[in-house]
Amino acid sequence: MRHAITLRVNDEVRTLDVEPSDVLLEVLRGRVGLTSPKAGCERGDCGACTVLLDHRTVRSCLILAVEVDGHEIVTVEGLGIDGLTALQERLIELSAFQCGYCAPGVILSAAELLAETSDPTREEVQEAIAGNLCRCTGYAPIVDAVLAATRAPAGAPTPEV
Amino acid sequence: MTIALDLAYVAPTSLEDALGQLADGDATTVLLAGGTDVIARLRDDAIQPTRLVDIKRIPGLSSVEIRKGSLHVGCLVTFSDLLASDLVQDRFPGLEEMARLVASVGIRNRATVVGNICSAVPSCDAGPVLLTHDAVIHTTSPAGERAIPIDRWFVGPRRTAIEDGEIVTHLTVPVPRNHHGAAYARLSRTRGEDLAQASVAVLLEPGHRYRVAFGAVAASALRARRIEALIAGSRVDAELVDRAVDLVHDEVAPITDVRATAHYRLRMCEVMLRRALTAATGRAAGDGPRYDVALI
Ligand code: FES
Ligand code: FES
Repeated sequence: MRHAITLRVNDEVRTLDVEPSDVLLEVLRGRVGLTSPKAGCERGDCGACTVLLDHRTVRSCLILAVEVDGHEIVTVEGLGIDGLTALQERLIELSAFQCGYCAPGVILSAAELLAETSDPTREEVQEAIAGNLCRCTGYAPIVDAVLAATRAPAGAPTPEV
Repeated sequence: MTIALDLAYVAPTSLEDALGQLADGDATTVLLAGGTDVIARLRDDAIQPTRLVDIKRIPGLSSVEIRKGSLHVGCLVTFSDLLASDLVQDRFPGLEEMARLVASVGIRNRATVVGNICSAVPSCDAGPVLLTHDAVIHTTSPAGERAIPIDRWFVGPRRTAIEDGEIVTHLTVPVPRNHHGAAYARLSRTRGEDLAQASVAVLLEPGHRYRVAFGAVAASALRARRIEALIAGSRVDAELVDRAVDLVHDEVAPITDVRATAHYRLRMCEVMLRRALTAATGRAAGDGPRYDVALI
């Protein structure tokens, strides 16, 4: 039986008809047109499908679309709605990513951390992104960029690369 | 990869309604809370329910609070909720240490503690720690309520003492006495996502009252009664730790699988028991390692 669900996605209210078996990741990508959440392992292990659900990171491959009726989803498309965040700018400046497949998940995980604490330790940054597998970078440049984002507010001079 | 099942989905707003859904024999029903296990199993085709009963819209199942001398953990409480609780931080550092080691933030934000012991995989993290804390699982059904001590809860891999028609509403954990020391050592291959390859939990309360439990090295999490009997009432020194470690192979029955060999698991249980006993003893005395420093 189809269910009509209403949710707020990146600050826009959407009403969708979904089957109970429709997975949130596939609905976001295929129906809502948001392709920043990626399909990686599709079993909760890699973090590529990460989205913010009511401001907390979750695996959209392990959530059914019907479950989020009445809730709020934010993806990277919504994070940068008023231009890139300081976090995104530092990630770009420091060339933190290579292929970029992990980037949307990493960005949201780091954004969740930075919303909780403006001055995280390296250890806290590592823990925040520990569930986002990156096959390219070895993580060090990503962690450096997240830490740089906490030190250099938007508009401040760019750190040396 | 999609879920190829003709599923019905209901999200009751009362426990009575949820119990009614469970009792309706026309459907094969699976309860859905955080879904980190259930949805993965649906995708794997490991379970084929015809109806999902999402319990997240039932009010009153999310509390973490002290009631009558015990911590009350509602069945919708996630590992992140545990970590965010000052009460847990102050009075149940062993639960906090365990919760911090579960998977990653994105899983902890969704996975529930009760779900972890209901899915009851041998490697579940909550199992060994709740065993050392003498937790009690509370269920309700049309037949009434039951309180099941956790040492009678796990009956095999993915098998528990729950009966048809029951819902676990909460678990309770007695407040450990002042000046207690807990320790949870958890071995895994990678940080972030891996299941435990083996784990050891210890709780020491005043009067040299030790509880010891293992995870991922038998059909389910288990209390190590022989080790407990050996060290009960004694001050644990290096010699007693050696003798306790000698008993590990009598307590656990690890298997070889893709994540570790039986031999490696056994040897690491010995290493981790040594560290956990030492850490819990030190923490009880006020000079052990901090709870947020991993023991392995
Ligand atoms: S695709 Fe969801 S965790 Fe990998
Ligand atoms: S940059 Fe390629 S996976 Fe992270």
